[in-house]
Amino acid sequence: MLEVRDLRKEFQPLSGSTVVALASVSFRVAAGQFVSIVGPSGCGKSTLLQCIAGLSRPTAGHVLLHGREVTGPPEGLILLFQEYNKSLMAWRSVLKNVRFGLENRPGMSRNQIDAEARRYLELVGLEGFEAHYPWELSGGMQQRVAIARALVRRPEVLLMDEPFGSLDALTRIELEDALLRLWESLQATIVFVTHDIEEAVYLSDEVYVLSRRPCQVIEEIAVKLERPRNQLTTREDPRFIQARHHIFELISKEMSRA
Amino acid sequence: MSARLPAKGLAVLLGCLAVWELLARQSVALAAYFPPPSQVLLTLVTILASGDLLGHVAASLSRFAQGYAVAGALAVGTGLCLGLWRPLHALFEPLIELLRPMPSPATIPIAILFLGIGDEMKVAVTVYACSWPILLNTIDGVRAIDPVLWNTAATFRLGPWQRFWKVVLPAASPQIVTGLRVSLAIALILVTTSEMVVSNDGLGFYILDRQRSFQIREMYAAIVALAVIGYMLNRLFLGLDGWTMAWHKGLTRKEEIL
Repeated sequence: MLEVRDLRKEFQPLSGSTVVALASVSFRVAAGQFVSIVGPSGCGKSTLLQCIAGLSRPTAGHVLLHGREVTGPPEGLILLFQEYNKSLMAWRSVLKNVRFGLENRPGMSRNQIDAEARRYLELVGLEGFEAHYPWELSGGMQQRVAIARALVRRPEVLLMDEPFGSLDALTRIELEDALLRLWESLQATIVFVTHDIEEAVYLSDEVYVLSRRPCQVIEEIAVKLERPRNQLTTREDPRFIQARHHIFELISKEMSRA
Repeated sequence: MSARLPAKGLAVLLGCLAVWELLARQSVALAAYFPPPSQVLLTLVTILASGDLLGHVAASLSRFAQGYAVAGALAVGTGLCLGLWRPLHALFEPLIELLRPMPSPATIPIAILFLGIGDEMKVAVTVYACSWPILLNTIDGVRAIDPVLWNTAATFRLGPWQRFWKVVLPAASPQIVTGLRVSLAIALILVTTSEMVVSNDGLGFYILDRQRSFQIREMYAAIVALAVIGYMLNRLFLGLDGWTMAWHKGLTRKEEIL
């Protein structure tokens, strides 16, 4: 359903020569899949997501959603950012932030929007916090608000740019499992960018490993671990350890490449 | 701490008044141009009760309101345009930087040339002087909007108008309000100054006129009235500010703690 074909992105800095962020990136994501993208830091993961989300025009190549070329932010696709504190609206309460996700959807009454927003707040475990402002909540709770705001639109594709990167380990574990539960019940397609190899393996059906800049996909690893996954047993599974081992080697080889 | 501070401040204020009272009562000659506050207050009550002062207060407040309102609409509108459109800002920045530091009362002679000595002139110079803080703060407020917030608006497919109403205006509002507050005092200064230069009513005119006709107590009484008006306008503004910008106060307090 989502296809990235020979995507190339160059930047022209004010001084100096052209920077090639993405050399030639290609991959396909089937409907309902959970795909993670890992790579050395600064390899252009965020640029890739911005191109897929239609927020940045690629220099060459195509992004196809249901076979149609993405030229601007497409309907049915939402990009979720790491910086929840900048992405949420500080002047809106938690409920109104989630409502924001539906406010420009035609043909929905105020009451319908309200009911949907409350339902999704409940799904992410934030019932009772409707009237709070986002900045009154912890980081993990703020990211839950952002997730509810994205999911309330029922996107077919959810792109996540290191969403848990700034959270502490325990909150991360909690949100990883919450995300998997939501993904399973809502049947969305998720493209999840992370620099955490274990997180990628734990969550995904498929992990795409990116090279250093200029960036391309160096390997696609299918993760054949049963669902629902479990923070203890999944992570102790020999196949998990093997996948982690393999990806780690790939990336450290990339990092040491001159 | 904060509960005791106003009491202490009030004590200092009353102390100053007491010193003034004592000094002024040292000699009759001194009291002629430095009347004790008790007499000034009595005079103020008298001229208020006789209705002598009210017309002047009304004239000044009317000019203040007109000038402040026009400046607010004009400068917020212009500031939003300049903040949103960088090429336009680059075009006008040198002009703004040249005109802004010029003391505004210098425009009074020009305004007299073009508009005569009536209300239009006084309102015009007030508009001119008030516009700068509002304009510059509005531009800064818009330009400080985080790219993540812009991208959030884009991925949720907000149209240009929705982006303006739901993102730009609220995100820039704390800065806009700061500009409006600075301009409040400036408006009062320009109304008074222009009335002193040429007028036949208003508090500025009244103060200078009573000084020239050696009605010193009336002069002081009108100055006190002006101070009280300035104080009350500021309090009114702070009240509105605290009500509409409660989210921003909470947010900045949170950031201070962290």
